[in-house]
Amino acid sequence: MKKIIAASCLAGAVALPGLVQAREVTLTTQLKDYSGNDAYLAIYVTDATGQYQKTLWVAGKKAKYYRHLADWARGSGMNPSEFDGVSGASVGSGRTLKVSVELADTLIDAGYQIRIDSAVEDKRDARADVSVPLTSKGAGKPATGSTYVESFTYDL
Amino acid sequence: MLRQFHSLPGLIAALLVMLLAISGAMLSVDPALERLHSTSTAAGQVNVSQLAGRVASHFQGVEQIQRTASGTVIVYYNQDGQAGAEKVDPLTGQGLAPYEPSAFSRWMKDLHRSLFLGTPGHGVSGVGALLMLMLSVSGALLLARRLGGWRNLLRPLRGSFSQRWHAEVGRLALLGLLLSALSGLYMCATTFGFIADGSQNEPTFPAHVSAGPALPVANLKALQATDLNDLRELVYPNPNNPQDMFSLRTAQGDGYVDQASGTLLSYQAHDSMRNVYELIYQLHTGEGLWWLGLPLGLCALCVPLMSVTGILLWWRRRKAAPNIRENCTAQSADSVILVGSENNSTWGFANTLHDALHQAGHRVHSAAMNQYTSEYGNAQRVFILTATHGDGDAPASASQFLARLTRVGLKPGLPFAVLGLGDRQFAQFCQYAHQVQDAMLQAGGSPLLELETVNRQSAQEFARWGRALGKVLGQDLTLVHTPEQPRTHQLILMERIAYGEQVNAPTHVLRFKAASELPEFLAGDLAGILPPGSAIPRFYSLASSSQDGVLEICVRKHEGGVCSQFLHNLDIGASIEAFIQPNPQFRPASGAHPVILIGAGTGIGPLTGFIRNNKARHPMHLYWGGRNPASDFLYESELKRYLADQRLTALRAAFSQVMGGSYVQDRLISDALVLRRLIEKGAQVLVCGGREMAKGVMQALDEVLAPINLSVLTLKAQGRYREDVY
Repeated sequence: MKKIIAASCLAGAVALPGLVQAREVTLTTQLKDYSGNDAYLAIYVTDATGQYQKTLWVAGKKAKYYRHLADWARGSGMNPSEFDGVSGASVGSGRTLKVSVELADTLIDAGYQIRIDSAVEDKRDARADVSVPLTSKGAGKPATGSTYVESFTYDL
Repeated sequence: MLRQFHSLPGLIAALLVMLLAISGAMLSVDPALERLHSTSTAAGQVNVSQLAGRVASHFQGVEQIQRTASGTVIVYYNQDGQAGAEKVDPLTGQGLAPYEPSAFSRWMKDLHRSLFLGTPGHGVSGVGALLMLMLSVSGALLLARRLGGWRNLLRPLRGSFSQRWHAEVGRLALLGLLLSALSGLYMCATTFGFIADGSQNEPTFPAHVSAGPALPVANLKALQATDLNDLRELVYPNPNNPQDMFSLRTAQGDGYVDQASGTLLSYQAHDSMRNVYELIYQLHTGEGLWWLGLPLGLCALCVPLMSVTGILLWWRRRKAAPNIRENCTAQSADSVILVGSENNSTWGFANTLHDALHQAGHRVHSAAMNQYTSEYGNAQRVFILTATHGDGDAPASASQFLARLTRVGLKPGLPFAVLGLGDRQFAQFCQYAHQVQDAMLQAGGSPLLELETVNRQSAQEFARWGRALGKVLGQDLTLVHTPEQPRTHQLILMERIAYGEQVNAPTHVLRFKAASELPEFLAGDLAGILPPGSAIPRFYSLASSSQDGVLEICVRKHEGGVCSQFLHNLDIGASIEAFIQPNPQFRPASGAHPVILIGAGTGIGPLTGFIRNNKARHPMHLYWGGRNPASDFLYESELKRYLADQRLTALRAAFSQVMGGSYVQDRLISDALVLRRLIEKGAQVLVCGGREMAKGVMQALDEVLAPINLSVLTLKAQGRYREDVY
């Protein structure tokens, strides 16, 4: 098993630079005016069945609370290499988080989704607070969240 | 050093620590309130599957069930897109009320742990906890030193209002504050990752999920096996994902529960780091330990009181400290002046010497004798000016000098001169100065001058010493000392009660009122009275406190006594100038321990004052010696009144000029049984009167205490034997 992983990583490393085009995506997440501490957010890509693919951004610095972002935590294994360089501070009630991240072209219009898991201290944990298809048509159109997220927009 | 260590961070930290303490005290109530409003279940009464089954009959779309440490059960659900959270009754699964964490508590918690400053704020709070720890430890050490050792830590205290309350409240709150500070520090350290808390060890999601239909939640074996009291959190699987599982967190560990088989998978028990973290977290917050949270909160509430009294004490000490101009550092000075002073009058002389040496071009360093160090590298001479306290003891600012000198040593051959200040009326005139002289010789110093003494603050004698010193130094040294008098108050004589004319001991009880307003004082403090034409005050023990509305003293007329004659001849309505010198060591300690008051003659004054103020009716036993009950039974009618209203428990008077006459010492011996019993009950002894009487009392009491293996010396060391002797 280990050997297979090592082999595929190696193949990826060789193949990726030539084949994969990446672009910058701007993620805008506006939170509701809830009463509570700053929210932890995980913004990540899943396939159509909800299987974790890639972390786009993690808001919140204390890894000990990441388990409250349950689906993302399970998918990423909370492995620091998964969110290395794409994490920042937690986001306060009513505030907007705007970040730009690299995204491979192959993930767009290919049946993938962007999801946000969110959590606030002493309040409910929200799995898939936001869940939107990742398509060029959906870019720029705000999606509403279920729990702490007021609206989420990605601009390709 | 210990005192500086206690007061410096104390000042800096007072605000921060007060903020943390007050917010902590507010938060400490939460666990108890939460406990009041939650239903507790016995171990084995309800398991998690039962609870989940009951909840399922009242809620649809359950996402999560949580149980807080205090026993509140919260259900998070999402019914038709409507998210909600509700507190439920664990016995029925029925919703009790919507769950909304208190915004006030959240605000308080944020203030308490980070002062709303985010991560840097956590650091500041951590520093606050560290300061609290330093204050608790140094404060406890100071208190133990003051009470004569750790074993005496619970002994009654005395002192001024602030002193007493600071220490009294401090020792009450000590354990709680230590616990809060230490656990707070630990939690801060885990926040910054300095100490691992075991929270990173998450169970991995099981690789295989059994196929098959999901069982009803009430039938899941793993949940049946988990007691409700152990539950932390049960997260339901995503209803749209048949591959998902329950995630179960308990007090002991975490794992997943298969929806189809009901088995517990990937279970990971908490490691010891995690268990330690959870225990300390509980100890700090009182969550689930409401009975601990409340006393911890009370201890925290003591902090503001201690901060205020602490700052007051520091301020008073600072104000009382002598102000020396042009004081060089210990290292750079060529001349060092060390001062042993009980009530700062010796500092006046030191200041004059300091100025004169400075004028003569020396680099001078003045300090209290207790600050003696090894750092006098450039010193060419040391001057020691010291008073003597009590029966040849060291004055307050020199109490540790001899020990320090022994420890630190002296530069070989360093020239020194000791000047003793005292009053020749006392048998042990300048006794302590002699001890210091011997110790300096022993330490290898070479005397610059022989030991000299100054009687009764004599400016002439001091000037003469200055001239002798100037000759040795080859300089012209003029020491002009004008004693600085404290601000005096004008007092008007209101009443005079005369005793003792017939037995040749004319004694007057004098009551004064203030021309404007009475200064603050308590019985046992001293009134410094300046007879007309004299610059040197005479001190009288006060028999009243300012609350009584009069200043009362008891004065016996002495042959050739300038002040006592003046007071005895004073007309009603005439006025005197007086100032107050606090004497906080001589008064009954707080607490309900019995008090044994012993005195003779005018020594009855402050003792009567103590009895008069004994409104709490603590047991007080008075032993007093006079000459003849028909003539000099001072305060007789007043004392009998106090006996009747129980402010005074027992009055044992002895009279020397009657048939079969006896002294107060004889009274003590004949009452040995009673006295031993009182001492065994923790009684304290306060002695007031002449020096000879005090000596006799000490011998008599040693005799009384010998059968129970105690002595006056032991009682003194425990702070239970205090004298006001003249």
